[in-house]
Amino acid sequence: MARGRNQSGPELGELYRRMLLIREAEKSCGALFAEGAIPGFIHLSDGQEAVSVGVMAALRPDDTISSTHRGHGHALAKGLSLDGFFRELMGKADGACKGRGGSMHVADLSVGMLGANGIVGGGVAIALGSGMAQKLKGGDGVAISFFGDGALAEGILHETLNIAALKAVPMLFVCENNGWSEFSPTSTQVSFTLERLAAAYSLPYHGIDGTNVEAVAALAADAVAQVRRERRPIVLEFFTTRVRGHYEGDSQRYRNDPAPPVDPLAVARTLLLEQGMAEAELDAMAETVRAEVRAAVEAAAASPEPTLQSAADEVYAR
Amino acid sequence: MSELRFANAINRALDDAMARDKTVVLLGEDIGKAGGIFAATRGLQERYGPDRVIDMPIAENAISGAAVGLALGGFRPVIEIMFMDFMAFAMDAVVNQAAKLHFMFGGQAPVPLVVRTQHGGGLNAGPQHSQCLEAWFAHIPGLKVVVPATLDDAYALLQSAIDDPNPVIFVENKALYAMKGILSDPPPPVPLGVAKIARPGRDLTIVTYGAMLFQALAAAETLAARDIEAEVIDLRTIQPWDEAAVLESLSRTHRLVVAHEAVEAFGAGAEIAARMAQIGFDELDGPIQRVGGAFMPVPFGRSLEAAYLPGEAEIVAAALATYD
Repeated sequence: MARGRNQSGPELGELYRRMLLIREAEKSCGALFAEGAIPGFIHLSDGQEAVSVGVMAALRPDDTISSTHRGHGHALAKGLSLDGFFRELMGKADGACKGRGGSMHVADLSVGMLGANGIVGGGVAIALGSGMAQKLKGGDGVAISFFGDGALAEGILHETLNIAALKAVPMLFVCENNGWSEFSPTSTQVSFTLERLAAAYSLPYHGIDGTNVEAVAALAADAVAQVRRERRPIVLEFFTTRVRGHYEGDSQRYRNDPAPPVDPLAVARTLLLEQGMAEAELDAMAETVRAEVRAAVEAAAASPEPTLQSAADEVYAR
Repeated sequence: MSELRFANAINRALDDAMARDKTVVLLGEDIGKAGGIFAATRGLQERYGPDRVIDMPIAENAISGAAVGLALGGFRPVIEIMFMDFMAFAMDAVVNQAAKLHFMFGGQAPVPLVVRTQHGGGLNAGPQHSQCLEAWFAHIPGLKVVVPATLDDAYALLQSAIDDPNPVIFVENKALYAMKGILSDPPPPVPLGVAKIARPGRDLTIVTYGAMLFQALAAAETLAARDIEAEVIDLRTIQPWDEAAVLESLSRTHRLVVAHEAVEAFGAGAEIAARMAQIGFDELDGPIQRVGGAFMPVPFGRSLEAAYLPGEAEIVAAALATYD
């Protein structure tokens, strides 16, 4: 598969801006969680922005994704609004899910975002079904299952890889491999590599560094185009780092990283400066993004709490 | 009207649903070419093709998860889980995903899917192929649970389940598949959640569902010979269950027996008995009695299983005990 720069996709500057948006949103999530404005459990995706942004740059609104408990970046990159996002995380009535799902269940079906998922591996077969739906509809839409390396040990991934291969389902399996299965190094959890697993199911596999957004976008563009064309699944793996803990508040006493994580934003920023973008321009971009996030957070804080009755009314669809 | 077997009623319901609604797709193990273990899907793949009647490998978790994705994608999947015991492998998709997405996503989209499966003993299928696990699912907000007993109800309730915008667990009984009966043409529609008085009576109410209906009707005949006229209510749907119909009957008869094949402890009958003790307390002239499986796995051996399965005799004894 060609690994060249995808000419039709967004420019690096735009990819960088999208990554910044996720980073700034995650920073705010961390702060809001620390001060108690976001309740529950949240899992931040700092360090994995290039995968969300790079893969989603290859998708259309009618393409669908299922995500993970670390799904903020996926949701925002797929098109969930900052307003819907923050209001949901704060449990507000006008959140993307009316305050009933929160961080682990942010979803926006109107942009093909089929939900973060509180169950490790829980979204994988949903993407399979979504891919089957794409196939039955007869267009060239694709479905993507995002999962982490922690899900490699879940049986559902194996069942789904088999069926996707067997039934030629137009989907991509996208593994964000940050090396950690919750509190344990993944090397202590799985006896195989995803590359060898994909081979066992006779599926094409490509694995690359997931901190260079241009490389991610180029590989994703090629892979998505191939799935659109051939209507068969492909497995992608992006090697990333988990900058924060498994969840916010995780003291990470188990962790002793040999080197500081590679920051995908720093990588992109360096490239942009090399390409001649002015530092002032990047700073202005960051300020604009921060203002957008700030506005969304302020609006979310002022949003109303939902009523229990409104939740009770939608246990069942009518 | 024609005399058919129970499995034919299911088959015809699926056939008619697929003919009128192009979004209905079937998924399951051996449902296509093989026609299903109990022949409920026989001939449908020939008629509708392998894209709509999809043979899946033995992978209940992924079949169920795929149904959720198909439902979100605008389809109405009907999956077959060969034995209800195998639902244990499908629990995440059904309980954590299907049951919750409409609620958890703020009502963004319905999750219209049907899980067809079958429960029950009587075929010496042993501890892992005989369980009646419907209470597991009735306990989960977001799921509906249907357990039909007659051919007409099986047909009509399956249509209603397929048209429903929510995930429905549709429980057939393996001992009923070969049962012959009349299938009306067309069977009258039956909404989910509406019970039926299968036999009117003035002295005692027997609430039941599924294949136990026939044991209850037999018990009612035995009781009639002793001048006790039992009313038999077939719930048909156990989530939501027709509380009003049971209370109305109880307010006439003042005695209540709840009978099912599932294990009695923590079964659907416990909920019904508790609710009636609460809201029908003033109507009761005797203690509510429950009939259900003993607290043991369903045993295999012919005499063991026969002794284990609750039936007519246990219902008669329970009915008499309401006079204690």
